[in-house]
Order: sequence, then structure tokens, then C-alpha cells
Amino acid sequence: MRSTAWNDEENKILPEMALDFMPEEKLRELQLQRLRATVKLAYEKVPLFHERMVEKGVTPDDIKTLKDIVKIPFSMKKDLRDTYPYGLFAVDMSEVVRLHASSGTTGKPIVVGYTKEDMDVWAQVVKRGLLACGFRSTDIVQNFYGYGLFTGGLGIHGGFEALGATVVPISGGNTERQVMLMKDFGVTAVGGTPSYFVRIIDVAEKMGVDISKLNVKRGIFGAEPWSDGMRDYIEEKTGIKAYDIYGLSEIVGPGVGCECECRDGIHIFEDHFYPEIVDPETLEPLPDGEEGELVISTLSKRAMPILRYRTRDITAIEKTKCKCGRTIRRIRRIGRRSDDMIIMRGVNVFPSQIETALLRAEKALPHYQIVLDTKNNMDTLEVKVEVSRDMVSDSMSDMEQLSKKFKHSIEQILGISVIVTLCEPDSLPRSEGKAKRVIDNRKKI
Amino acid sequence: MKIPQVSVFVSNRPGRLQAVCRALADAGINLLSLTLADSGEFGLIRLIVNEADKAVEVLAKSGLSATVTDVVACPVADKVGGLADLLDVLGDLQIDYMYAYPSECAAGTNIMILRFSDTEKALAVLKEKKFKTLSTAEMLG
Repeated sequence: MRSTAWNDEENKILPEMALDFMPEEKLRELQLQRLRATVKLAYEKVPLFHERMVEKGVTPDDIKTLKDIVKIPFSMKKDLRDTYPYGLFAVDMSEVVRLHASSGTTGKPIVVGYTKEDMDVWAQVVKRGLLACGFRSTDIVQNFYGYGLFTGGLGIHGGFEALGATVVPISGGNTERQVMLMKDFGVTAVGGTPSYFVRIIDVAEKMGVDISKLNVKRGIFGAEPWSDGMRDYIEEKTGIKAYDIYGLSEIVGPGVGCECECRDGIHIFEDHFYPEIVDPETLEPLPDGEEGELVISTLSKRAMPILRYRTRDITAIEKTKCKCGRTIRRIRRIGRRSDDMIIMRGVNVFPSQIETALLRAEKALPHYQIVLDTKNNMDTLEVKVEVSRDMVSDSMSDMEQLSKKFKHSIEQILGISVIVTLCEPDSLPRSEGKAKRVIDNRKKI
Repeated sequence: MKIPQVSVFVSNRPGRLQAVCRALADAGINLLSLTLADSGEFGLIRLIVNEADKAVEVLAKSGLSATVTDVVACPVADKVGGLADLLDVLGDLQIDYMYAYPSECAAGTNIMILRFSDTEKALAVLKEKKFKTLSTAEMLG
């Protein structure tokens, strides 16, 4: 049924959203039932999970309550690499209808598989996320997530289709054509990585196209951490509302969780993905409200059940209920992944902190890149910042002041000294998908 | 009379002035005056051109960030003390200028391009003291 067929003027709560509002008690019951089934499947069909559980002396029957999940061993990215390509699959290949894989720039890629039912669940969770952010079947959506082996493009695409929206499957790249189609097709919503949308904004400006005058009203963004400042920048420049969708290929791809119209955290689709927070050092479970590493177990995946997967994402599960009334819990937006962390002279640095500092200094989001190097046996952190048109002054001292302002703002947040270099526009490399923010040329000792 | 000046931000690496001049030339923009300032790390190229706004657009298309500021073009008498006379007037009245550079105009007159912190006030003083200021069109001849 198309959502517009529902006879409700306000169109705020739709039948398809009902699962987000399940009574908590029933939700926990459903989670336990599905967790038990998933643990059984993994134990019986996946050697890696079987061996680990045997090692710990745990059997599926030991899972009697949701709290018993702590008895199950963790899994991590390395496990997917070590079992490349199909070692974690729990079903016969004849049941697998789709494979996705990471780019594998650091060796073998990680591979994930889906049954027909898994594909349906994936499309449904993305659809629920989109609905929560106000996307409707009437939308014309431009999807500039990369299509292909990457889960982003086709994952979001499946959700848009399930929603019944009109999808423009343009994928990433050819930015001028992106702007042209956005205008000519009367696109009302967009989806992709936030850094690529910033690129589209730049190019549109150069082409003399003001996105805020087009029909685009909202966007769904993900696949990389992005700051609140970047969100403000996108919204001020384009007049759209920007929403965060969360996911990772190992679990399903985009759609593990998504913001709602309140934009006060990311609702996890808990009926399919069970979230926990653990201390990343001791791996002890942490109560809701405390920050730690997000761990997720799939509750309904058949092709590739994953138990207690360590996401490397640092967040907390919110203790309070969201104003929207959804009973599915929220995590705080991911500002940092432990994988992105740079250790600089013993200080932990996240690219998102530098983004925040730049925005604080200039109230604009220049394109930037972080270059780490070793000079005279000292590690250096250089931030290259592109100078946009509204940052140029005819006065040399203003320009030097600008450079100092960036430097000061970054140093204040990081607490270490940095080098700031002003660069010409378009002089820093851009990827059409995820932003390559960090270049590490340091000498490894 | 004030005239627009285009300031272009460039990285300190070879071929940047060339890139600016080529972009303007290909767009048929006439260069009347040019001066460079640099910090070692980056530079500013300041230009007087016949079409300032168009120049900014043309440069943007070539991936260069530029901005337009008002400056004043004052003819300087071609004699010993010509420039000193002009600067005396400004100095006596505490008119602050941020930078200045010489130029020439089509008629062959010597010109000083001055960037004042308060352009309106400077223009009023120059007018009162009977100093001429030129428009871009007058510089072109």
C-alpha cells in the first residue's frame, strides 16, 4: 500500500511505522525470541561461532533472558577477513541472493551475503528510517551513494523503492550532471555521503545554481561520521533538512538505525539489531547513558548471522525516551570511530574535531585535509584548508589573521600545536564517495 | 571616484600568476594594473581590470578565489615631489591608507592606486584639496 493512500491529513504516523512504536515489553519478548533463534543458527551452522561458544562453555540453551547475551563471545572485522569469502555464511549458497564487499584497500575485502528474506528486512528498515525522517512515496530522490559492491548505494536504493518513491540511481561522480538532474528532474530529496553533498553544493555554486531555490527539501546522509556543524552548514547553504542514517556492512549496511524528525539521536531498529555498549578496554557491558563501543547482534539475518559485533563506533544508548514516542532506543550520533582516531604525540585526535574547529573559526565549511608527517624526528599535524571566495580579502594581514584563527581554534580543541596551510580552491583531492580526510606520511618506528 | 580592484588568492607555487593572467586573457579581460603581495606561504595578486565582476567569475571557473574591493586611482604630477605632495595632504589630515602601488594609464600619466581604510573620507579630502581621481574608463583612455 502506498503511504499516500492512507487517509490521514497530517501523515505523521503511518501504518508502516507501527513496529517503531511497539510496547516495550513485547519488543523485549520479540528480541529474546529472535536472539535465541539467531544464536542457535550461528551455533549450528557457523564453525567460527560454534568453536568460540564451545570454548566458553556456552550453548544456545544458556540464553534464557536478554541479559544472557553477555555470555556470547564477541566478533570483529578480523573474523570476516579470516573467513573470507563465505566462512560466516549460515545457509547454502543457493539461498544467497546478493553479495556485497568492502573495497579491501588493506588486503582482502570483507564479504557479506543476504537471503531473499534478508533483502526484505534490509529494505524495510531503510524504509522505516526514511519514513521517520519525513520521506514519502511522493518524493523524487537522487541517490548519489556509490552503487556496486558498497552496501550504501543499493541499500538505500532498496529502501527508496520499498517506500515507493521515484529513485534517480545516479550513484557518485559527475558532479555537474548531478546538479543538472537535481534541477531538471525536480528532485525533492537526496541521499549519499555528506562530504560528497558538500562537493555538489560547491559545484552548484560555481554553475550559478542555488540549491535552496530548487525543490530539494530533505536529505539522508551516512557512511561516514559527520559533525553537527557540517549539518548546519549543509542546511544553511541549501535550505534542506539533513538526516543521519547509520549502518555498517557487517551488520546489514545502512539502516541499522536512523534519526527521526526530532533529530535527537539515532533510533536503532531493535527488532532486527540488538545494541549494547561495552567498555572498549575491558569489554564489560555499560549501562544505558554511558559512552563506550557499540556492539550489535543481528536478530533476524539468515545468510550471515552476526553475534556481538564490535563496531568500533563510540557512542552511548540514550536513557530517555525520544519525543517522537518511538519505543525503539536511540544511540547518540556517531562523532567518532575508534578506527579514525589519530594518535598524535600521545593525544587522541579525531577528524571531526578539526571540522568543528574550522566551523567555529569561520562559520563556513571549507574543504580540508589532515596531513601527518615526521619532520626532524617530530610528528607534525598539518591542516590544509581551501580558501573559498568569501574567505578572500585584499589585505595580507586579514589573510594571515584567517590562517591564525584556524590554527588557534584547532589548537584550542586538540590541545596540541598544528600547522595550518591555506590552499587554493579545488587543490585538495576529493573522492566521489567518502572524504579522504587524513594522509599519514609519518615514519613508522 | 573609486574603482574596483580584484584580489586573487594564490598558493605559493610556480605558474600561479600565469594561470591568473591566462584565464583573464582568454575571457578578453583587459589588465590595467597589477601588484603582488606574498607571505611566503601564499600570495595575493591585486589587479585593476576593465570588468572586475566578470573577472571574479572567470577566475572562479578556473578554480581561483577572488574578491572585489574599492580603491582610488590618483594621477601624480610627473615632476620631482609629485607623489610627496599627494601624500603630504593625506598625512597632514591623518588619512590612513593600507597599501599603495604605482600604475600608468593610457594617456601616459603616472597614477598611484591607493587602498584607504575609509575610502569615502579620503575621497572627500582629495576633492577638497583639488586632487583628481580617475574612473576605470578614464584610466583606459
